[in-house]
Amino acid sequence: MILTPEQQALLDGSRGETMAKVVKTLVMYGDAFGAERMVPVTSRYGHTVISFGLKAIKPVYELYDQLLDGGLASAQKFTADPRPLDPKVPSSLLEDIVFKKIMYTDQKPYEEQLRRLGITSDDGYTCTCYLDEVGNKPNEGEVLSWAESSAVVYANSVLGARCNRNSGIIELMGSIAGFVPEFGLLTDEGRKASWVVEVRCSKRPEAQLLGSAVGMKVMEDVPYVKGLDRWLGTELTDEACAYLKDFGAATASNGAVGLYHIENLTPEAKKQGEALLREGAQLYVIDDAELERVKQSYPVVWKDPEAKPQLCFIGCPHLSTSQLISWADRIEAALRENGLGKVTVPTVFTASAPVLKALEKTVYASKLRSYGVILSYICPLMYMNNPLCKKKAVITCSNKLRTYTSARYYTEDEILAIITAKEAAK
Amino acid sequence: MRQFKGRVIVPGTCSAEALVSRGGFNTLASYQMALMFGDKAVKCGDQNNPDIYKKPMLGKALCLPMTIGSTTGGMILYAACSMGKQPACMLFSEPIDSLAASGAILGDVWTEAKMPVVDTLGGEFLDYVRSGMTVTVKEDGVVEVE
Repeated sequence: MILTPEQQALLDGSRGETMAKVVKTLVMYGDAFGAERMVPVTSRYGHTVISFGLKAIKPVYELYDQLLDGGLASAQKFTADPRPLDPKVPSSLLEDIVFKKIMYTDQKPYEEQLRRLGITSDDGYTCTCYLDEVGNKPNEGEVLSWAESSAVVYANSVLGARCNRNSGIIELMGSIAGFVPEFGLLTDEGRKASWVVEVRCSKRPEAQLLGSAVGMKVMEDVPYVKGLDRWLGTELTDEACAYLKDFGAATASNGAVGLYHIENLTPEAKKQGEALLREGAQLYVIDDAELERVKQSYPVVWKDPEAKPQLCFIGCPHLSTSQLISWADRIEAALRENGLGKVTVPTVFTASAPVLKALEKTVYASKLRSYGVILSYICPLMYMNNPLCKKKAVITCSNKLRTYTSARYYTEDEILAIITAKEAAK
Repeated sequence: MRQFKGRVIVPGTCSAEALVSRGGFNTLASYQMALMFGDKAVKCGDQNNPDIYKKPMLGKALCLPMTIGSTTGGMILYAACSMGKQPACMLFSEPIDSLAASGAILGDVWTEAKMPVVDTLGGEFLDYVRSGMTVTVKEDGVVEVE
């Protein structure tokens, strides 16, 4: 890799040993992918995936102490993934002990580290930092140093920004240095698609199921998806963006997708069309039967597969305002039809603090609460990262949550039916 | 015995028993429970990976096509290296992915752990190697399997 004189000086220790190690890490990272140079990070804000003060990863906080002791902070403010705890979310006494005394003992000191390193604000904790209410929405073509698989795939695909699937820690180092190695999704060539996905379903496919199928098939490759504009249209409306948010999160967690193109809809696909396809791109046809096959392949890892659902999480990634409103309307109609006033399974909707604050200005926050729904800024994935949850029958319509935890996946319609059933479904 | 030649990402040598994931290795799902609750054998916690689910990973020659999943992946590998809970080596049949590379490099630059990493060993490598076989990694990226 060819470094500028300034970058070489940093590598040689002009700003101290710690900064030299930061730059060495970025250089090795670039070398692994044949990067020839560093490019400036041009977005206003960064985003870090590490939002949790987890005792088990103490070495990460020790490394961050090294950075701070070396006088380093992020050159740009950044947002972070959601917090792992929220007292509003139901938990048993035993879970409380596990959360507070065993798992997240380092939460407060870590949040203090993030303040010193440059987090935007106390409300800057969400995986959907790119929503208008949160304000970390990069422009097309900007170079990012982000991590969080669902945010990276959204920024690349829907916003047309440029970011590799960076890991936690590396993303912060890019923000500290102010430059990142140029390879992969930062290059025009790296953004070309090596898969054509043809969607031939009879109705609009469930976003999280379609994303799962695509992710499992193409893994880390870039797919070019045809046929979705039939249902999503050709403009990035709130509804289309919410769909793509959930679709992308599933592609990234069930596979390793960092960028997808949706024909006639996402920015690069609209401008370049099939010129984005690599020669010899493979074909993957998805119909109703294929989606059903994928859904049936998910293992049920509940201790008792016949258990009655005890908790429902909706919002991984965090919900948008339009999704919260849509859910409120659907729950209201279903409860009315079933002669019920409240959901029959404890249900948590998760969204960023700024989105929840905005919702409070509408009738929908109080409506949802009146139906028994809990509104939280929590990260459900972090909440469920403990063995106690394995014994708990948790349901979700998030394929990301299903992948990383014992939560059982259902489609949105199935979830609605379960949480509004007169007797909670078995 | 067969030899395969790959590209060195993190240099080093080792000899260890193979643990083979034929599908993508989900780093977060594989490590999260083991790291969080101090599992000494570091058993794989990824229920979606039938090849290695519940099998000990500590000290094994982890053979895989690539890593997948959450972008905490590199940070998790770094934490495993810091705590001495890393595999003996990581051997990729495909070109390394950005998350695995991050973890391997962070482990190399910021910790004392020695975890050689070799990529692009090819599909034949993954077809040939079986869990339980002995794998030897040489300095130049040559991997012997017997």
